[in-house]
Amino acid sequence: MASHLFCGRVNLNILREAARKDLREFLDKCSGSKAIVWDEYLTGPFGLIAQYSLLKEHEVEKMFTLKGGRIPSAAVKNIVFFVRPRLELMDIIAENVASEDKLHPRDFHILFVPRRSLLCEQRLKEKGVLNSFTNIDEYILDLIPYDGDLLSMESESSFRECYLESDQTSLYHAAKGLMTLQALYGTIPQIFGKGECARHVANMMLRMKREFAGSHTQILPVFDTLLLLDRNVDLLTPLATQLTYEGLIDEIFSITNGYVKLPPEKFAQKKQGEGGKDLPTEPKKLQLNSAEELYAEIRDKNFNAVGAALSKKAKVISAAFEERHNAKTVGEIKQFVSQLPHMQAARSSLANHTSIAELIKDITTSEDFFDSLTVEQEFMTGVDTDKVSTYIEDCVAQKDPLIKILRLVCMQSVCNNGLKQKVLDFYKREILQTYGYKHILTLKNLEKVGLLKPQSTMRNNYPTIRKTLKLWMEDTNEQNPNDISYVYSGYAPLSVRLTQVLARPGWRSIEEVLKMLPGPHFEERQQVPTGLHKKRQPGENRTTLVFFLGGVTYAEIAALRFLSNMEDSGTEYIIATTKLINGTSWIKSLMDSPEENLP
Amino acid sequence: MAFVTANWNPLGESFYRKIELYEMGWNLKDGLRECLVAAAPYGGPIALLKGHYRRSPSARPQLEIYSSSGLPLASFPWKSGVVKQLGWTVSDDLLCVQEDGTVLVYDLWGGFKRHFSMGNEVSQSQVLETKIFHSPYGTGVAILTGALRFTLATNIDDIKLRRLPEVPGLQEAPSCWAVLTQDRQSKVLVANGSQLFILDNTACTPVTPPGLSPQASSIVHMCVSFSYKYLALLTDSGHVWMGTSNLKEKLSEVDTKIKTPPKQMAWCRRPKSQQPSAVVMWDGLLIVVGECKETIQYHLDDDSVLVPELDGVRIISGTHHELLQEVPGACEEIFKIASMAPGALLLEAHKEYEKESQKADEYLREIKEQSLLSEAVRQCVEAAGHEHEPETQKTLLRAASFGKCFLSNFPPEQFVSMCRDLRVLNAVRDYTVGIPLTHTQFKQMTVQVLIDRLVYRKLYPLAIEVCRYLKTPEYQGVSRVLKHWACYKVQQKEESDEVIAKAVSVKLADAAGISYSEIATKAYESGRTELAIKLLEFEPRSGEQVPLLLKMKKSPLALSKAIESGDTDLVYTVVMYLKNELNRGDFFMMLRNQPVALSLYKQFCKHQEQDTLKDLFNQDDDHEELGNFYVKASYKDQRLEARVALLQSAVDEYYKAKNDFSAKTTEDEMRLLRFQRKLEEEKGEQLVGFSLHDTMTTLLSVGLHKHAEQLYKDFRVPDKRFWWLKLKALAEKEDWEELEKFGKTKKSPVGYLPFVEVCIKHHNKYEAKKYVSKVTPEQKVKAHLAVGDMEGAAEAAIERRNESEISTVLSRCSATTDHLLMERLNRAKATAVKK
Repeated sequence: MASHLFCGRVNLNILREAARKDLREFLDKCSGSKAIVWDEYLTGPFGLIAQYSLLKEHEVEKMFTLKGGRIPSAAVKNIVFFVRPRLELMDIIAENVASEDKLHPRDFHILFVPRRSLLCEQRLKEKGVLNSFTNIDEYILDLIPYDGDLLSMESESSFRECYLESDQTSLYHAAKGLMTLQALYGTIPQIFGKGECARHVANMMLRMKREFAGSHTQILPVFDTLLLLDRNVDLLTPLATQLTYEGLIDEIFSITNGYVKLPPEKFAQKKQGEGGKDLPTEPKKLQLNSAEELYAEIRDKNFNAVGAALSKKAKVISAAFEERHNAKTVGEIKQFVSQLPHMQAARSSLANHTSIAELIKDITTSEDFFDSLTVEQEFMTGVDTDKVSTYIEDCVAQKDPLIKILRLVCMQSVCNNGLKQKVLDFYKREILQTYGYKHILTLKNLEKVGLLKPQSTMRNNYPTIRKTLKLWMEDTNEQNPNDISYVYSGYAPLSVRLTQVLARPGWRSIEEVLKMLPGPHFEERQQVPTGLHKKRQPGENRTTLVFFLGGVTYAEIAALRFLSNMEDSGTEYIIATTKLINGTSWIKSLMDSPEENLP
Repeated sequence: MAFVTANWNPLGESFYRKIELYEMGWNLKDGLRECLVAAAPYGGPIALLKGHYRRSPSARPQLEIYSSSGLPLASFPWKSGVVKQLGWTVSDDLLCVQEDGTVLVYDLWGGFKRHFSMGNEVSQSQVLETKIFHSPYGTGVAILTGALRFTLATNIDDIKLRRLPEVPGLQEAPSCWAVLTQDRQSKVLVANGSQLFILDNTACTPVTPPGLSPQASSIVHMCVSFSYKYLALLTDSGHVWMGTSNLKEKLSEVDTKIKTPPKQMAWCRRPKSQQPSAVVMWDGLLIVVGECKETIQYHLDDDSVLVPELDGVRIISGTHHELLQEVPGACEEIFKIASMAPGALLLEAHKEYEKESQKADEYLREIKEQSLLSEAVRQCVEAAGHEHEPETQKTLLRAASFGKCFLSNFPPEQFVSMCRDLRVLNAVRDYTVGIPLTHTQFKQMTVQVLIDRLVYRKLYPLAIEVCRYLKTPEYQGVSRVLKHWACYKVQQKEESDEVIAKAVSVKLADAAGISYSEIATKAYESGRTELAIKLLEFEPRSGEQVPLLLKMKKSPLALSKAIESGDTDLVYTVVMYLKNELNRGDFFMMLRNQPVALSLYKQFCKHQEQDTLKDLFNQDDDHEELGNFYVKASYKDQRLEARVALLQSAVDEYYKAKNDFSAKTTEDEMRLLRFQRKLEEEKGEQLVGFSLHDTMTTLLSVGLHKHAEQLYKDFRVPDKRFWWLKLKALAEKEDWEELEKFGKTKKSPVGYLPFVEVCIKHHNKYEAKKYVSKVTPEQKVKAHLAVGDMEGAAEAAIERRNESEISTVLSRCSATTDHLLMERLNRAKATAVKK
């Protein structure tokens, strides 16, 4: 069920099991049959921890979505609310509890995820319902195992909260999550970081470590190094269109909590006997992780190399099926049959991915896609970043989707270290006139987080950064890559370059560039109890945990995986993040639409 | 050594022994006569209420508390009501049940802790009898009221009173009763004459003990074993019936031949007992009854009290404290006269070895031949645990150690832990400590609880030594003891804050995981705020400091500590607290100095209190944010006038913030809104709220070209965008005539390819062709291809000698129909490549 978590260098299933154990314990605390009332936001993340079957084993008979009014009737003994600690949700819960049928009272419980909150309990008290709860508990779910080498907090708005609203709650949870991680996988001896948030998280970690002094974990450290990176150190990367297979799936169809919904037409299964029946109308939902062999193989490839990989795989599979003609003896046939389920799974996986690849190809071969990519690449190489781009102008004139425009304009601003006031005002006016004045707040938000800014008197330092860190590689090999730049067909993500340089030759070599990037960079060491110092075998790789505060893209992950797999890299990477993002979801999280709040 | 068996008495198959634990340190003039006595199990403290039975109003009774060895712990005159019963809780607190049903709780040192009532019904009809009992749920109190009804509380720390059903036919106080714990429920067993009833929450069920001899006409006494598994009944005919407490099985019945009612009766058994046995006490006489007809009789000099334990009965008199128990199996095997058990032989072997006699070898061989040596060692170790005299313990352990030398692979844990346990037990059994625990009791109660008890008795150094010696993890051991010590220390009024703070910090410096906030709380509770603040400084967990700081009204400090912790929920908690405590001005002022708190509070206000948000921005002269605030507000209002007014406020703020761009665009928006409204009124077209772009598109699509033009000019829309917009709108409308006219107005700023494309998009090839000729040379090929004119496209491409364009055209040709064209293109391509 969670086989994808075993395959990495670090067995992340330990974390998942710990989380499942806590969940079971809580459920058993509310003895008897129960119904769960879900904060809808949590269902996705919880799906990564436990399926419905686990809940069912613990007498969960019904599930509802949290909403005002009365909870639907259900013949259960307990009502359990699974909620984030948010005041507005407390008001709904209070309403639920107050309108409960007095004749058939049920026991109420609250499980706060990821942490209980005094503020919320206070609110419940004010509403006079606090005493109605038999259990008020917290379910510490900070870092959720997402894949064999990937942890995510699945905290949608953490970038917005940290950089726009100065609310560092998610950083506190990140630090707590890292403490949990260290309790399970040993103290991490070295901490590096870049950025304000990284500094803050590291400070909290060191403080918490002091607070828990005395409860040393006697565990051999699994991670050698932790690297904390602020998203705002590298604002450019998420804006660029990802060109890996997984990255494109996310860009086009958006992957949510490990699942993607695809248009059904391509997946109409022609079963024998019912062929030609009407097409399914529900979107096809697929889980995407490394448990699927083929997907693990192609997810991180540049999309241009996926076709070849798929056709190669197709040949292998059909060759395997052809084997049956060679099977003569009973023993051989038996062996062939025993492999059938595996082969069939591989075949259906191949069929799925061929369909997905076709869907993607329709888009990547379109002129629009090509034009926009060309402009992106021009910006990233520093071509004409200081004047109004006719392409953007044309796109606005044709009222292309706003987010596409914002992505491009922000990219230009970032690649030029700010735009000339005149250029910036022109874009802004164009956007407001075309898409509506209401977006003025969104534009202000983008300026506040530094995605859009007027050029300061300082020199544009992007070219220096680009050259020093070799962010643009001319001769990228998409088929057999030799550098991380393949994930964006030329652009090497800045964040991953920083990670790469840290491993070898070290950040000292790029002091100048680090100073140009926002926020402090630092190094901390944590004492490891004597006797737990790792004795590295010759040739054994180091393990580094890279934590992206504010989100990470699939292409960046692909680049890190590429580094892990490079023969002489000497370092393997595990990735942690507040949320998996792409340019679109990221920009969206920063938008403000005042109209939505209309009563 | 020879006298180990001197105090053994045989009873049936097994032996009983009576060991003296202490000669009591107290000096009681009248012994225990006329005292109400309660002694806690597990060697706990003893409480006496002296002069209790002298009901003279002038003389107040005296309450005294002693350790098990009779050392005084507390003594004070009893000033409250008439006490019916004393008893101890599992955590060594003293319960005094008064006649009116009030229960007073005192600590070991005679300090009053709290009181609770057993309910109205009890206080009205008064307490007749009461029993204090222990169960897995804690300590409970059962009361028989004057109305002959039972009221029960299973756990005094979480009082839920239960009134049990009535006992039928009960006219006067029952002859005897007891509390049982069965099926996770506390029940009462009542004897009314010869009838027995079990009372539970819902029912009163008559029961009959199987095989109770018929000559009895009344049950005069009963007792339940320590584990609640067994029941003993004494009848007026002098018979003791013993059986299981579920009354399903009879174990034995013995005639004591004494018909006077006894003073006390208690079970005397141990885990893995060989036989059931009980002790019955009369004035001056103690009888042990078991399975056989015979009994053991002891003479008592003095008034005594029986204290049932897990593995025996303690007998406390005015002068002595003794333990009566069945001799444990291992001890019996070893010390029984002429025993040939392996342990006995090993002990003998070791004795000879000490004497340097070769007989040692003979004994050893004998054991080894039966390959029982490991059994022998095990027996010696186990027996050592059950012996009270350190000398005997040592002899046995030495023998075990001697035997171990001849064994390979014998696991050492049992021996080592027994040595450790005994060392601890001997220390706590010491007269000055006075906790006469047996090894069995110690294992049952666990080290944790023992340490708690030592701490409770303020024996901090001993507790720490025990922790260190037993290598208890620091968290549960030394640190915990130190914390308790510190909590006690901070209550010592005579020392100054500095001295105490220093003493505490020095002692606790190296201890891990100390909660200073708990200590500080104690200090604060005893009125020493300054000391509390000093102590809090030592607390590493800033989060822990906050609640107490708030309680002490040190809010600025609390706020900065909360921020330090990084826990935003904690910050919110403090902020909300401050909001209620301070007046608005001070509150804002304080936030101003704490930017983290301020931004969190702003977030809160954004969702909960919009008006406060405005005030905050105002206070900070944050005009930019105020502007944004008004913009947001403008969308919340449906009425146009209000919206415009709010936008005007935004404009003012933006100007103040020197943000001309925002101000100007906002003014534009106001202008647009007014325009839209005007047009809506005039033309009835829904426009308000549209973007400028959409407004113009709408106007064009309904043919209001003039108005669109006006907007285009008024708002200085770039030509390019207007052209795109207009041609798309016209094509959408399929107004080809107007489109053509528009195309001719002036030279198109977007070129003519868009014209071709929009026409094709609306499937009008005819119109599209009209514009192909106007397209710039660079876009010609594209234009021709768009309208499907292969010849034209080929012509254009060849003319431009552009290889990639030629290839594009080639890729669109079909081999069957465009054969000739392809040849031409290929030739042209060849020449283009050459160049």
